This record gives sequence, structure tokens and C-alpha cells, in this order.
Amino acid sequence: MCSLEKRGNLFILILTGQNGEHRLNPNLFSSIISAISRAKAESTRGSALVTVSHGKFFCNGFDLDWVNAAGSDEETQKRFNLLLDYLKQLVLAFISLPMPTIAAVSGHATAGGVVVALCHDYVLMRRHRSVLYMIDLDLGIKIPEPFMALFRAKISGSARRDLLLRGLKIKGEEALKMGIVEAVYDGEEEVTNAGIKMADDLAKRTWHGDFYAEIRRGLYSELCDILGIASTPIATPKL
Amino acid sequence: MCTLEKRGNLFILTLTGEDQHRFNPDLISSLLDLLSQVKAQATCGSVLITQAQGKFFSYGFDLDWAQAAGSERGAAKRLQHMADLFKPVIATLLSLPMPTIAAITGHAVAAGFTLALSHDYLIMRKDRGILWMPEVDIAVTLPDYINALFKEKIGDASVRRDLFLRGLKMKGDEAEKRGVVKAAYDGEAEVREASVCLAENLGKRKWHGEVYAEIRKGLYPQLSAILGLSHKVYAIARL
Repeated sequence: MCSLEKRGNLFILILTGQNGEHRLNPNLFSSIISAISRAKAESTRGSALVTVSHGKFFCNGFDLDWVNAAGSDEETQKRFNLLLDYLKQLVLAFISLPMPTIAAVSGHATAGGVVVALCHDYVLMRRHRSVLYMIDLDLGIKIPEPFMALFRAKISGSARRDLLLRGLKIKGEEALKMGIVEAVYDGEEEVTNAGIKMADDLAKRTWHGDFYAEIRRGLYSELCDILGIASTPIATPKL
Repeated sequence: MCTLEKRGNLFILTLTGEDQHRFNPDLISSLLDLLSQVKAQATCGSVLITQAQGKFFSYGFDLDWAQAAGSERGAAKRLQHMADLFKPVIATLLSLPMPTIAAITGHAVAAGFTLALSHDYLIMRKDRGILWMPEVDIAVTLPDYINALFKEKIGDASVRRDLFLRGLKMKGDEAEKRGVVKAAYDGEAEVREASVCLAENLGKRKWHGEVYAEIRKGLYPQLSAILGLSHKVYAIARL
């Protein structure tokens, strides 16, 4: 499923389970959302969160086996819609988390897995053995609005078109060039360690989490409006 | 505090003195006044250059004046007051019926960066001066019109994220590379010269000011809406 580790000021969210593919089903979703809630509850000035994974996959998208095991077309659709709802909740949880967030993508990320990565303020990636793949077009699945808003918020220009309309399996270097990720590293350990180091560096800025989240809300206002994340007028600045 | 000079077709607005050119209610009022004069005297081929003397373009709102209120709430109120007073300055620049250039020869920080970014072209020094949004560091949130300005003027999502969520101090060469400014030059004289040169080239086109302003507003629809700038349908017999 996932586990949340606390290391000083850092929260380390580790994606596990489901044959190493870390596929998103109600269990993993609940687990992640609950971990984010805990991080939020325990956050202080100078907190930061980094999401890591081990093995071949960062997150291979929705658990389609679970969806298809529904037994009827209607139930299948219901299960799929449930996963969409969960994904929306996950995006909401990350985007309103009062601390900087980093995704250390050391394996493949597909569809919902790409969304999970992009929910973070910064994405680091492995140079090889890791692709970002919005498989939706190839599978004939539409991308609902909240997630389109996430792509519009986080990725610019032709990179956005290439990610969504070309069915590309985007490797580390390409993702770097496209501005989707901050940096690429060789090896799972290097990415993970870089993620932890970056989280540490950002934590040292000792930002006030509420203000950080509010500035993030202003930065991604269209997405936040769609997700229903309201602006929280904060009374007093810390001048 | 600030002066207005007319040189042929050129309007030159200067923030005078060797200080930080902090925007307090008096300076904001003067700026608005001078910009209104520019607007009133505009003709075909007019161009505005905004520049500053000394080491600073502007360091933003006068936080000392805000803190002189004596309490945290009082300071917040004064900050809000300055943000409200400043909004018409940005609105006037966005609807100014002529091309506008910011000649940035010193630090442009927070509202100072905002003022610069409200111009059509930014020219900056490579060897000195930074662009910086320190709000995340001093735990202050941004008014909606500043969020909208940055969103519509800076296309690159990573750049906006770095400026707002990382409090990046961006130097001239990075600003040029990442598309935040049009060009960066070594030295104060070079920046001023390049600005005048650009102004002359733009002025030669003898554009119809009202049409220029309308097209500019169309480029930044969300910002224009927030600033309360209506769109005019303009027809002229010049074809």
C-alpha cells in the first residue's frame, strides 16, 4: 500500500504493494490520502514531503484488473468512476498540503501515476528505466476536467500537447527538456536520495506552511477553483 | 520620488533617488498621476520607458510603513491598502495606449517586479540586479491581480513555480534564457541604450494607441477582467 515515514522535518511517503506496480485501487488511494492527512496534521514550519517508490514502477495507473472484475458493464463503469473520484481527492489532498512536495520518480509512471507525480511541486526522475506515459489516448479513455486542469497548470506549451496527444513514452532526458521534471538521475537510489536532499533543502527555508499552500493556491488558481479549494485569507503576514 | 520626461515621442518615467523606491501610498499616488498624464498626452507613435536610478528598480511595498502601524493586524491592513492602491497603476499600464518598456537596471522585487512585468517589454542588466518574489519567504500572500499578471505574462509553468514557490532570485541571464525578460545586457548604460533603441523602433510603426491597448487587453483576458478593464470594439478607417 503505502507507508509514511518521518525523518526530522521530512515526511517520506513510500508507495508499495500490488505486485510492485503500485496500481491505484480503493485500498492504495485510501492509504495515500490518509497518509497525506497525517502529514498535514503533523506539519510544522519547515516541513516537506517526498514521495518515493521501489522497483520497476512508480505507479502504473488505475488497477484495471479490479475495475474489470466487476461482473457487469454497469458495475465496471461504476468502479472506474470511483477510482476517478479517488484520484480527484488525491490531487486535492496534495495540492492543498501545507508544505513543499517532491516526487522522486524512479520507475515507470502511467496515466493516473503521471497525475500522482504531477501533483507534487517538483518532480525528479530516473534517466533510464523510467517513462511517463499518458496511455489514455491509446486506450481510448477520455481525461476528465480536473486532471486536464492539472496538466494545464503544471506543463506549458508544446510539452503539454506532446504528453497528452502523442501517446509518447517520455523518458527522463526528454521529460527534463520538456520542463516536466526538474532533474534526472542514474539509478533508483540516486533519484530517491536526490528527492530527500531536495526536500531537506526546501525544508531549511522554514516556510510557513499555510502561506506556502495559499501561494500555491494562487499559482494554480484554475485547478484549485475546479477542485473546490477555496482561498483562505490569512490575517497576518509575518513581516 | 518619480518624474516624467518627454523626449520626442518617448515618455520616460523615472523612479528617482538612490533609495529602494519602495511603494508607499505617496509614491503609488505619484506614479498613477504621471501615468495618467502619459495617457492624456499619447499620440500615434508614443512609447513609454519606465526606469529607475541607483541600485534598485523597486524593492516593492513599503514594509516599514506597514509595520509602523504598530500591530500585526495593523501591518496587514496597511499592506492590503497598498495592494489596493497599486492595482490601478497596473490597470493603467495594461490599458496604456502605447508600447511600454521596463528598463531594469537594479533589483526588481515583489511589487517592483510586478511593476516591471506590467510592461510589454522587459530589458534587464546581466551583471547586476535580480527579479525576486520573496512572498513565500516573508509569509505574505499575493493579491489576485498579481497572480493573474504572472500567469498570463509568463507562459512557462516551471518558471512561475520557481518564482512563487521557491522564491527564486533570478539574475539577468537566467531571466533572458527562461523568457521572463526580452534581453539582458552588461551594464546600466547598455540597458538604457537598448531600451531607447527598442522604443524608437516601436515608435516608428506609428501604431494607433487605442487599438494597441485593445489588442494587449485581449492577450491578457483574465488579468484585464480582474483589473476591471473592459474590451472595446474598435473600428478605424485606416485600411
